[in-house]
Amino acid sequence: MQKQAIFQSRLLPYALVAPQLAIVLIFFYWPALQAVVQSFLLQDAFGLSTTFVWFENYIDLFKDAAYFEAIVRTFLFSFAIAVSSLSFALLLAVMADKPLRGSMLYRTLLIWPYAVAPPVVGVLWIFMLHPSLGVLSRYLRNMGIDWNPLLDGDQAAALIILAAAWKQISYNFLFFLAGLQAIPKSVFEAAAIDGARPMRRFWTVTFPLLSPTIFFLLVVNIVYAFFDTFGIIDTMTRGGPGTSTVTLVYKVYSDGLLGGNLGSSAAQSVILMVMVIVLTGIQFRFVERKVTY
Amino acid sequence: MVEEEGFRRYIAHIILWIGIAIVAFPVYIAFVASTQDNALIANGQMSLLPGGHFFEVYYQTIFVGTSGSTREPVGNMMLNSLVMALLIAVGKIAISIISAYAIVYFRFPFRMPIFWIIFITLMLPVEVRIYPTYKIVADLHMLDSYAGLALPLIASATATLLFRQFFMTVPDELLEASRIDGAGPLRFFWDTLLPLSRTNMAALFVILFILGWNQYLWPLLITTRDDMQTIQVGIRKMITTTDALTEWPIVMATAVLAMLPPVFVVVVMQKLFVRGLVETEK
Repeated sequence: MQKQAIFQSRLLPYALVAPQLAIVLIFFYWPALQAVVQSFLLQDAFGLSTTFVWFENYIDLFKDAAYFEAIVRTFLFSFAIAVSSLSFALLLAVMADKPLRGSMLYRTLLIWPYAVAPPVVGVLWIFMLHPSLGVLSRYLRNMGIDWNPLLDGDQAAALIILAAAWKQISYNFLFFLAGLQAIPKSVFEAAAIDGARPMRRFWTVTFPLLSPTIFFLLVVNIVYAFFDTFGIIDTMTRGGPGTSTVTLVYKVYSDGLLGGNLGSSAAQSVILMVMVIVLTGIQFRFVERKVTY
Repeated sequence: MVEEEGFRRYIAHIILWIGIAIVAFPVYIAFVASTQDNALIANGQMSLLPGGHFFEVYYQTIFVGTSGSTREPVGNMMLNSLVMALLIAVGKIAISIISAYAIVYFRFPFRMPIFWIIFITLMLPVEVRIYPTYKIVADLHMLDSYAGLALPLIASATATLLFRQFFMTVPDELLEASRIDGAGPLRFFWDTLLPLSRTNMAALFVILFILGWNQYLWPLLITTRDDMQTIQVGIRKMITTTDALTEWPIVMATAVLAMLPPVFVVVVMQKLFVRGLVETEK
């Protein structure tokens, strides 16, 4: 944790940590504390007085069917995004890990979407699959599908999952490729000598050895689906039609935006904080395990 | 090496090219749309090959903006995004490297509590404390300012941890040697530690620049003036109007312009990017 060779100074270290400490206290701790405090308060309709209401905001939330639906929806989205993006990325990474000509070029051509911002991802996909002018919608309609994600909630959800999974492919691909390259090739050779065919080699050798990477990516993808999908949702559907694409983060945003219910919005923030802390905790435990592997 | 038969190799190439096509297709469509006439697109009769309006559309996008919804030149939005991304990247690196230096190379009261106070920020993205943060920034009169855009996003510990980890691997002999040469703590930091950290700083800069450029929710909340909009916020406002009025070629040109800088960084500085990505996730 600390160096043996160090400097002696009374004030300098404080001066060095001061800028970061100040920013963290003002822009992180103070707002986080405010969110917690506000979640216990109820403001009257005119914003004139506030009363301390204990857990009423939380209880109201859990009684609210819309909030419950948002929780379920967020987890469904996360799961669908993670599974589809991870499996496609794994397929590509396994292919790119082979000794192929031009493998560096393949890597470059597959990782750049990491840099595309979520709202831009939303714009790209809604344009392609827009009910009246999307280039892909024509084909869907020709196939006899009544495609209108702006009116049909399930189609809107599918569209968001598709776009969010698309964006995450490059990230997952990169980490899978790194994970694959870290597996000693001799293991594959041994399996090949034992007569295992490629498919069998994948499921009995590659997949188990890759499981730490898979688990790590699963957590990262869930956190991604919780937060970074906001930009995608906001440009594609704005939570609609109805509330069919409102996730937890989107609900914090839209409930607070109307200014109506700051207490509830704060309580939602606190619940989100707890969820993220749990997820991060899981991730850290995993990182520790990887060290002792 | 396990020998791959020619046939399987062939399949691998095909699957990879399909993957590349899937990944690139939406962007190709965006580029094609940005070179076409709006009436054609609005009719749903967009061609899948680039049209002839490239210069016209990009000129209008960069210098004029849409004629309806935003009226703000996208060039100006890009400038705002650039300033914000640079402030976040440079600011975070600057404050993190000095605090990591203090934590590793000094022993002082409250060292560990301070480390933990910074460390905990790793856990919570700005999204979960969005409205209270908004209120503080408003109270400090920093709405519609670059400081308001950047400061709350600087408040996180990733970079501090990274530098701490790196400093721990720097051999103690270096410090002893420079002490014999009569160097004080600031001199050692400037002449020895900073040059050694150059690659780490560059890798971190690449990642932070991309993350900064791509910020969305925070700028959306705190910018009200059109001339302070970032490009990510601007593109959303362009499609707020009813569909019939959306100027799609300009929207798509904006999408292409919004992607260019970060994608350029990923492709050109690929080594640093991969390194930064892997290290910040540790």
